Amino acid sequence: MNRFQQLFSDVNKKAFVPFFMLGDPSVDESFELIKAAIDAGADALELGFPFSDPMADGPVIQASAERAIKAGCDYDSCIALLKKIRAYADLPIGLLLYYNLLYRRHDAYQELARVGVDAVLVADMPKEESKEHEAMLAQHGLGCIHLVAPNTPKARAAEIMSRATAFAYVIGRYGTTGVSDRLADDLADRIQGLKALSDCPLVVGFGVSSSEDVQAIFDAGGRGAIIGSAITKIIEKNCGNILEAKKSITTLVESCVKTGE
Amino acid sequence: MLKKYFGDYGGMFVPETLVAPLKEVEQAFIAIQDDDVFQRELQDLLVNYAGRSTPLTHAKNLSKIAGCNIYLKREDLLHGGAHKTNNTLGQALLAKRMGKTRIIAETGAGQHGVATAMAGALLGIPVDVYMGSIDVARQAMNVERMKLFGATVHSVDSGSATLKDAINDALRDWVTNVENTYYCFGTAAGPYPFPSLVAYMQRVIGVEAREQILEMAGALPDAAFACVGGGSNAIGLFSGFLEDDTVQLFGAEAAGEGLSSHKHAATLLKGDLGVFHGMLSKFVQDADGQIAQTHSVSAGLDYPGIGPEHVLLQEKERVTYLGVTDEEALNAFELIAKQEGILAAFESCHAVALAMREAKRFSKDANLLINVSGRGDKDLESYVRLRGAV
Ligand SMILES: Cc1ncc(COP(=O)(O)O)c(C=O)c1O
Repeated sequence: MNRFQQLFSDVNKKAFVPFFMLGDPSVDESFELIKAAIDAGADALELGFPFSDPMADGPVIQASAERAIKAGCDYDSCIALLKKIRAYADLPIGLLLYYNLLYRRHDAYQELARVGVDAVLVADMPKEESKEHEAMLAQHGLGCIHLVAPNTPKARAAEIMSRATAFAYVIGRYGTTGVSDRLADDLADRIQGLKALSDCPLVVGFGVSSSEDVQAIFDAGGRGAIIGSAITKIIEKNCGNILEAKKSITTLVESCVKTGE
Repeated sequence: MLKKYFGDYGGMFVPETLVAPLKEVEQAFIAIQDDDVFQRELQDLLVNYAGRSTPLTHAKNLSKIAGCNIYLKREDLLHGGAHKTNNTLGQALLAKRMGKTRIIAETGAGQHGVATAMAGALLGIPVDVYMGSIDVARQAMNVERMKLFGATVHSVDSGSATLKDAINDALRDWVTNVENTYYCFGTAAGPYPFPSLVAYMQRVIGVEAREQILEMAGALPDAAFACVGGGSNAIGLFSGFLEDDTVQLFGAEAAGEGLSSHKHAATLLKGDLGVFHGMLSKFVQDADGQIAQTHSVSAGLDYPGIGPEHVLLQEKERVTYLGVTDEEALNAFELIAKQEGILAAFESCHAVALAMREAKRFSKDANLLINVSGRGDKDLESYVRLRGAV
């Protein structure tokens, strides 16, 4: 059983999952920030590989990827960081990346499994294109995360969820990743509708910004909530002051984790 | 006319939110192919609004220099100033039929942005255009044209601030506004069904050119030349001759400051397979798969990707793709102006330069066909900046 399946095997478990771009603002500081989130009780991690053209991301995560690349965080650095994170903690680790990085990497799946990654989400790969990817994940014991969008029809969502062996990533709203003032009005209904289709754990991301949002997602029946841009914004604001960034991240993660208890 | 894959290339590699709107475009595209009302309306616009058919010109002075017959397919004379109008009239009509109330587009040279803004003005649909800030500066006249047509132009600063970044931001707009918005893609690339859809709209170039050269020269051309950015004017021209084995086909890629300089946009010659902008195709990229910043004097060719059908045509050796440097393109800009009194777009001048270079290999009664994809007014300012006052 992979770590995500273990995490969600307790049907009452609510998971808070912070997102970090690997290498932002630098490879070493990135580890420190992720460590702070783990120490604050994060239930799992969603980690991004910086990509030159993150077309599913809003301005905050675009800038984050750009900082990471500028700081010299290449694919090898991401792998080294993953090893270090895995050596430090045993929590589930999911990756969120753009397909070209995997496509170009020799023996990518084998390598990710070896460094202790549990599941992979490819931002730009719908189910029509994912057969080979899913087979490679399965072959290497990696979990599959698939996206379910606000405009995914029911039958399609059911098929996607049946193929998501780790969890389904429910896109919280139309648009790119980003901070927003409030969750989409129809999110709770969507979660309920999806729950009726499948037992696949639902984890909500995109536009989730605060512990109140996380609470609302858990209340609506989401098994997990991902905050990305709000955390990344903390990093952006405190680039020169890593201690301050750690403090703010600790506070945010602690408040979100408490929500799920 | 609807292919998801060209050999191994193509596909629909997009975030889940874009699957539904792309399928909607696919269904609409299938429907219009046998819809007489749509076809008549499009035909009417192409003829009575845009001025089709465009002429074929026997370029006598260039022919003398080349040592064989040079024929120019004059897409520069199409309303809007480039072949892009063929595509935008078709797609804007499609958008209207789909009930979309807003159109977005990316643009490099500004020609696709202008052509989309024009179609939007004509059909009464608001248009938002994304354009890299570097292109906004080097194609300033086209920005003013788009604004006059009532479009909103968004200057994109991220990444290399050119065409690929404009596409990124247009895609981001689309995932945010999928319900009411149509994405009018500008070239025969991107996710399925755009490579097929755009090729379908541009095939008129090849259909006309074939008839015209048969009429004028009494024979099929020995070779046909087009520049390749994303590949739409090229696929449009080539589609008229793909089945004619005697017609050699040539694509001119932007070699910028030279193919070994790393300052080029020669995707087919120097790129590697990858998955980006919705398609499995070739891209200029680094070893990790980070997309590279390309360079070309011509904004319309300054793109690190290429339509998937061209990768297949290259693999099958049906089309020969060769590089043309900035320098050669500028020389061709001067040559065709001085010899024929035609101001051709920097993009198109890549095709002119390649044809003049390859002409040596043909006998004196050979017929070479060049697609002049657009007019060069937009490039005059850049020309003066690069080469000094005329
Ligand atoms: C005049 C002209 N020719 C060619 C191109 C390149 O595009 P494509 O390869 O799709 O024809 C452009 C693009 O902006 C253009 O404006």
